[in-house]
Amino acid sequence: MATVELKFGGFGGQGVILAGIIIGKAASLYDNKDATLTQAFGPEARGSACSAQVIVSDDRILYPYVSSPDVLVAMSQDAFTRFSPEVKDDAILVVESELVDTSGVDPAKRVYGIPATRIAEELGRKMVLNIVMVGFFTAVTGVVDREAVRRSVRDSVPPSTINLNLKAFDKGYEYGRKVLAEA
Amino acid sequence: MTVDPKGVLTGHHYLDGDHACCEGALAAGCRFAAGYPITPSTEVVERISARFPMIGGVFIQMEDELASSIAVLGAAWAGKKSMTVTSGPGFSLMMEHIGLAAMTETPVVFVNVQRGGPSTGLPTLPGQADMMQARWGSHGDYEIIALCPNSPQECFDLTIEAFNLSEKYRVPVMFMMDECVGHMTERVIIPKPEELHVVDRKFTSRPPGEYLPYKVYDGWVPEMVKAGDGYRFHITGLTHNEVGYPAMNWQAQEKLVRRLIDKIRKNADEIAMYEEADTEDADVVVLSYGITSRVAMRGVEMARAQGAKVGTLRLIVVWPMPETKIREIAGKVKAIVVPEMNYGQVALEVERLAGGRTQTVLVPHGGGTVHDPEAIARAILEVSR
Repeated sequence: MATVELKFGGFGGQGVILAGIIIGKAASLYDNKDATLTQAFGPEARGSACSAQVIVSDDRILYPYVSSPDVLVAMSQDAFTRFSPEVKDDAILVVESELVDTSGVDPAKRVYGIPATRIAEELGRKMVLNIVMVGFFTAVTGVVDREAVRRSVRDSVPPSTINLNLKAFDKGYEYGRKVLAEA
Repeated sequence: MTVDPKGVLTGHHYLDGDHACCEGALAAGCRFAAGYPITPSTEVVERISARFPMIGGVFIQMEDELASSIAVLGAAWAGKKSMTVTSGPGFSLMMEHIGLAAMTETPVVFVNVQRGGPSTGLPTLPGQADMMQARWGSHGDYEIIALCPNSPQECFDLTIEAFNLSEKYRVPVMFMMDECVGHMTERVIIPKPEELHVVDRKFTSRPPGEYLPYKVYDGWVPEMVKAGDGYRFHITGLTHNEVGYPAMNWQAQEKLVRRLIDKIRKNADEIAMYEEADTEDADVVVLSYGITSRVAMRGVEMARAQGAKVGTLRLIVVWPMPETKIREIAGKVKAIVVPEMNYGQVALEVERLAGGRTQTVLVPHGGGTVHDPEAIARAILEVSR
């Protein structure tokens, strides 16, 4: 890996930015890489579109913005529709499968889906859907080391929710392994 | 030099530039901040409001930027290191007190996380168009120091440097971030307290009665006292004598204002901080600052791939300019290319210093996003032909 450009999109309230921060932190603090995160700041609020861009690299990162993502993580249809035209030809698309319709996607692209919201609800809190996505992303892309991300989840969430979030991470990760094995 | 370990969050962090700036202020010993939150600097004061009270500092959210900028001057005279934080529209309101800080030689740091302007402009998007305002925004003739970080790590490191310079030269220091650097998250390493270099205020050791607040006993600046420590002193924006009282004549003006200017201009080479690379056999040198210095590197790499011989000079301290260095470079290259997120500010100073010995080529950008690196590469290739 030289440089990988990631984009996380969804709607405000889903924890999109935190998902990006967890991956960036995992890469730059626990996986010997550099990671630069920028976020789209608009008049955004709960329910509207929101996104985080993360560049992960073995080298020093100069240009701060993502121009053409290698991986798009979409947690809403709106984010998928807006950002999927920007991705590289051989990009990986990671989606919330019950919220995003990927039927029209170019077959050259690898698409991995997970019902993250439903899994989060089964764990008892819909809020952790972003961490389920983070686990799934970690498994299917291999961009950042699993233990590094797990550690990053642990120190990015409120202490009282660590166990729940780690469980969410593991669920997402296992689901990703299974999807990869079946592919 | 004493670093209060309470303010130093030693360790490896994943922070945005705004938060890193707050941590830099704490590490530098800043214990008073006043502000009126404004995008894209809000996260600085948000963190200040959470962190300062925990370590014995004070943060006041004031009624506006005028009040914020005068409160920090008051805190400085009470003996504290102090800072205010704002962005373009608020910076405009603070101009009066930047002049007062310059005239009264009050060490204080003004943070401006630049966004697109003029007026309310582009609140959530970057710009670098307040550079001349930082330099000249208040009336009268005076000098300030301005620094431009290009990463969250530098938002930490250089905030400490901003305080150090403000104490050393008793001058308001402008910490000129931009929205991109402020909202960018990267690894920030905060060293142990004993590894930090922090400059303390030069308080007088003279007894009350012998002390004169505006007499220069040694070096370039007078010694300070803390209000309430038993010294009589008087601070005024009027031209003043060594006692600090108004002195309305040209002799007092010449003595005071010339020193305000000279203490910075004559020490410009010592204050200068820059990164110079590959200028030795370069045909073209790209001069940049802040986030644009990182974007420019991609343009430089593109131009090099097409055979251009390009060097770089990245200004960390933008005001005062490293005049000796720029003159030296101007004497040996075909052109100096200056990309900046405005329509020509720092480039004009570069052109003045180049003095006709080389051409200065501005690569302007109105802000709202960073430059397209290809525009910078094109400018380099055009002049290196």
